[in-house]
Amino acid sequence: MSLFTFFNRKGSAPAARERLQILLAHERVNIGGQSDLVTLLREEILAVVAKHVAIDPEKVTVTMERGDNVSTLEVDIEIPLHAEKKAA
Amino acid sequence: MAKVIVVTSGKGGVGKTTSTAALGAALAQRGEKTVVIDFDVGLRNLDLVMGAERRVVYDLVNVIQGDAKLPQALIRDKRVETLFLLPASQTRDKDALTSEGVEIVMETLKRHFDWIICDSPAGIERGATLAMRHADAAVIVTNPEVSSVRDSDRIIGLLDSKTLKAENGERMEKHLLLTRYDPVRAARGDMLKVDDVLEILSIPLLGIIPESMEVLRASNLGTPVTLADKTSAPAMAYEQAARRLAGEIIPVTIPGERRSILAKMFGRRAA
Ligand SMILES: Nc1ncnc2c1ncn2[C@@H]1O[C@H](COP(=O)(O)OP(=O)(O)OP(=O)(O)O)[C@@H](O)[C@H]1O
Ligand SMILES: [Mg+2]
Repeated sequence: MSLFTFFNRKGSAPAARERLQILLAHERVNIGGQSDLVTLLREEILAVVAKHVAIDPEKVTVTMERGDNVSTLEVDIEIPLHAEKKAA
Repeated sequence: MAKVIVVTSGKGGVGKTTSTAALGAALAQRGEKTVVIDFDVGLRNLDLVMGAERRVVYDLVNVIQGDAKLPQALIRDKRVETLFLLPASQTRDKDALTSEGVEIVMETLKRHFDWIICDSPAGIERGATLAMRHADAAVIVTNPEVSSVRDSDRIIGLLDSKTLKAENGERMEKHLLLTRYDPVRAARGDMLKVDDVLEILSIPLLGIIPESMEVLRASNLGTPVTLADKTSAPAMAYEQAARRLAGEIIPVTIPGERRSILAKMFGRRAA
């Protein structure tokens, strides 16, 4: 046992419990073809942007972090200066 | 040149996912670009063991079906920058994995990574055969226990027949990783001996991982055991196994014994 584990006698179970609670809260919504809010927003944001510019899928970076009280969604889309506006 | 490794066993719950994460992290820590892929569609767990479960955006099935580009689905590890995860889909079923789709993904990954480690699902169905299909080498995870050894033997048969290597008449490199080895039960004589398992399966030994609380702790925390307490017995055993996988020659010490064995090549007898 290392010093680190010696001073961490509380054990790792509480961390496991917390991780599972957050994960399952998000996953349960996903069952039945539905998406959790972060995924839904991601899809809709990309769709809205795609309506106006031809997005190069290589130039899109999406990161998500599902949290307990807050989740974050980061959509990074490179839009060329002279992007062809799509005909509506 | 990329090397594709499948971590497989046939039997469930023997330590494939734990081993994929531990070996992947150990290889990446050598500075080699490594990706671990979860092939367990519908029951993914590698994301949890790697501690990336909250960061999954896209998965292998999304890439195969063209919903996302491969780079968008890769999750970079927060601790080791040369380590990446390609998660399995949780909501689809196994049929979403197509042979052509997997091939395209593997060919692309091979151009960008040094190591591609495929975590196989249990069983011998589609997910398991696709995970091994493109492998250059196999890590066969086995517990010192009769049903696990039997299932490993079955998997060795599949590796020698159902893989691209086998179909091209090439030899699949196979390594035995003996996990959940309990020195106390071994001393009492209630566990299959290392030599017995080696003799029965006739493949070279990659390492022996002791049964340890550290493995449970690490998975609770979402840390591959080789990134957790590095001085723990399982971390050191996995780290050495990773070095052997990379070609180093290091004798294997048997937990609880002073004896060590130099991994030797065994000629596998025809069944
Ligand atoms: N060396 C070890 N010491 C103690 N516990 C271990 C060890 N290796 C694995 N385990 C535990 O055994 C369980 C199964 O491990 P793991 O999920 O890695 O197996 P698996 O082969 O991937 O299972 P599946 O076939 O379901 O995918 C887990 O709870 C894991 O923490
Ligand atoms: Mg598993």
